[in-house]
Amino acid sequence: MIRRAPVGLWVAGVAMAALALVPAIYLCVRAAEADADAWGLLLRDKTWGLLGRTLGLAAAVTGCAALLSLPLAWLTARTDLPGRRLWTVLLCVPLAVPTFVSGYVLLAAFGVGGALEEPLTRWGLPVPPVYGFPGALLALTVSTYPYFFLALRAGLQSQDPAWLEGARSLGLTPARAFFRITVPLLRPAFASGALLVGLYVLSDFGAVALVQYDAFSRAIYVQYEGAYDRSYAALLGLALVSVTVGVLALELWLRGRAGYHRSAKGAARASSPVLLGRWRVPALLLCGAVVAVGVGLPVGVLVYWGVQGLSVDSGPMMGPAWNSVSASMLGAVAAVVGALPLAFLAVRYPSRLTVALERVSYAGYALPPIVLALSLVFLGVQAVPFLYGTLVMLVLAYVVRFLPQAVGVVRASLLQLNPHLPEAAASLGQPPSGVLRRVTAPLLRPGLLAGAALVFLTAMKELPATLLLAPIGFETLATRVWGATAEGRFAEAALPALVLMAVSTLGVGLLVSQEGGSSPS
Amino acid sequence: MVRLLLASLVLTLASPALAAETLTIYSGRNEKLVGPLLKKFTEKTGVEVKVRYGETPQLAATLLEEGAKTPADVFFAQDAGALGALAKAGQLQVLPKETLDKVDARFRSPQGVWVGTSGRARVVAYNTKKVKADTLPKSILGFTDAKWKGRLGWAPTNASFQSFVTALRLLKGDEAATQWLKGIQANAPRVYKNNSAIIEALGRGEIDAGFVNHYYLYSAKKNKADLPVANYFVAAGDPGALVNVAGVAILKGSKNTAAAKKLAAYLLDAEAQTYFAQETSEFPLVSGVKLAEGLPPLDKVGSPDLDLSKLDDLRGTVKLLQDTGVL
Repeated sequence: MIRRAPVGLWVAGVAMAALALVPAIYLCVRAAEADADAWGLLLRDKTWGLLGRTLGLAAAVTGCAALLSLPLAWLTARTDLPGRRLWTVLLCVPLAVPTFVSGYVLLAAFGVGGALEEPLTRWGLPVPPVYGFPGALLALTVSTYPYFFLALRAGLQSQDPAWLEGARSLGLTPARAFFRITVPLLRPAFASGALLVGLYVLSDFGAVALVQYDAFSRAIYVQYEGAYDRSYAALLGLALVSVTVGVLALELWLRGRAGYHRSAKGAARASSPVLLGRWRVPALLLCGAVVAVGVGLPVGVLVYWGVQGLSVDSGPMMGPAWNSVSASMLGAVAAVVGALPLAFLAVRYPSRLTVALERVSYAGYALPPIVLALSLVFLGVQAVPFLYGTLVMLVLAYVVRFLPQAVGVVRASLLQLNPHLPEAAASLGQPPSGVLRRVTAPLLRPGLLAGAALVFLTAMKELPATLLLAPIGFETLATRVWGATAEGRFAEAALPALVLMAVSTLGVGLLVSQEGGSSPS
Repeated sequence: MVRLLLASLVLTLASPALAAETLTIYSGRNEKLVGPLLKKFTEKTGVEVKVRYGETPQLAATLLEEGAKTPADVFFAQDAGALGALAKAGQLQVLPKETLDKVDARFRSPQGVWVGTSGRARVVAYNTKKVKADTLPKSILGFTDAKWKGRLGWAPTNASFQSFVTALRLLKGDEAATQWLKGIQANAPRVYKNNSAIIEALGRGEIDAGFVNHYYLYSAKKNKADLPVANYFVAAGDPGALVNVAGVAILKGSKNTAAAKKLAAYLLDAEAQTYFAQETSEFPLVSGVKLAEGLPPLDKVGSPDLDLSKLDDLRGTVKLLQDTGVL
């Protein structure tokens, strides 16, 4: 049956795609001003060497984050692991650690003269490498694996247990069934996680700069910070956009056209949890180790900084905390709502055009955040001056920056939703709004919540756009932490950074507690 | 929750126009430092201020993007390079002569579109447990010696470092600058993101010496008094003794020029100059203001005889840094 998408859906989808293209359009405008010198610089060997190094790092981080996240997601979504929800929340928290904190944390702990370097050496234990490639790999894996974790977890929760039961009844061992059924069915979740992690690594500057790894983003920063040269920076930015297009095309090709939803009659049940038995202790140890490195270490270092400067006045926290939460929540809701038309079009009405629209949402994701922030300045000043300097611009910036996070997760959940269920509801006389509200939305809930959680966590710590686009005087926890660390006042940064992490944890806790029936209980 | 959010959104939307005399400032200088000073300014003049804090280069890029439509009246920048970039784009207006004249011609724009408000000297910060001050070379050029291999740290992406390289090029020529950069490269320096990161690494003993601006040490010591790090000033006249400035400019798009001029004048007033000297241990640029303890007077530091506005070939410097493989 050939179905045509409603006009409203098209309008919404095209509008979101246009918004997502703002950074690329901005870069084209600025790159058009570039002279021959700038082109010469772009085409020199060092530029390509840097790009190669950075792509290598992105691939390595993506692989490590995937390997780490799969067991974590399975343990928290499918087993009787004690304290599953608490672990879920804690395992997401590393996303809330601002990179300008996490980089310092690794150095302060394991760097030369760091707090843990000496005790580890004394006990003859290996000190984790924190400089160069291994350092960047470690820092970025720890700070980005939750992208995979959340995507895989949402995927596992929405997976129909009948698949696995079918495989088991045909004689597969639990392990083989897991690798032949569960894992392949997670392909959309893997894809969305890989895109988020890989492209994020390309855009990162904070972590790679702190561990002294030379990456492509640095070349872009140097043009803004040293030479005030926006046209050459734009050329470099466009190079990143081209790489993104390549990665997206590759992912599309790998993804194939398989179906992931249940095709049998009836509704999917919640799966019954796997009993861990004697594997419970190793499972807890694994979760504990990851939380210790991803959460314990930063908290420990922050507390250590804070104790050193107990007399330091960090100022009131309530105002900035409220600002952080309200802006990030608005951003999270807007991004998920904006992701829906794109994901619906691509999944329910697949055609070259709809898939292209969905892909476009990733166009700016590999760009360093400063480029994105400047493109929004450009949009605000040139197109919507009456909104410039208001909270709307900041929320728009969060949407443009984090839309791919929402699209990826929502799309993955939508793929697992049997289209016949909403169709059946419609045939039973439900109006489209009723279908959405009573059938589609509840079934999509894990995906929507995971998407909102991701955007919320990352918006909480977002910096350049928050500094440049928020209403003047709109102080957030992240800007507070930045203000202190920028001048080396670490003791003063400790409290707002801890509050930032605590508030983020509460936010994610709230979202996880809303997950409801689809998780084993 | 949603209702509260909407209410705060509406409030934020509805509040742009408040008092008549409100000055909008983009400040690349830290709130902790500038905030109290601006409060004093408001008390003194009755002019309200709204400040967007950020990193100097990022604010400069924003101002370049905003062009004539900028809501900002005043730009308060960490370094002269950012002010020069805006001057080049024709976005700044001429300051009153009596304000400009308070400051040595080296530390202001020759067209009179920006003026330095405080000075920061390039220094070599060193770990006092690992290095004795009398073993440090007299000139920054001495650090190419092989005995510094593996012991140095620098932040080549940092604007103040790049200003120093530009000065080195102007004073000794591109060839000598290239040799120096290659020499330091041969000593395998650790590469840091900024001055604060260098001071932090020096404190841990990761490196023995690093090229920084003089005042980062003092704010770090406020947080950790026993930090084993000290500043070393190279010989007067050496390119390594360059004194750069933080400065202020009024945007052409400002609709509030009178108040903006008051602020520029205030920042060079004895009160503000003393504040810079005492609170951030910077060098006051107006004569007769007392220095922070332990700082040599500005003429003893002996910044090389160079107008800061001549340090505007930023692109050339970045290219040199790229050609030598530093960036």
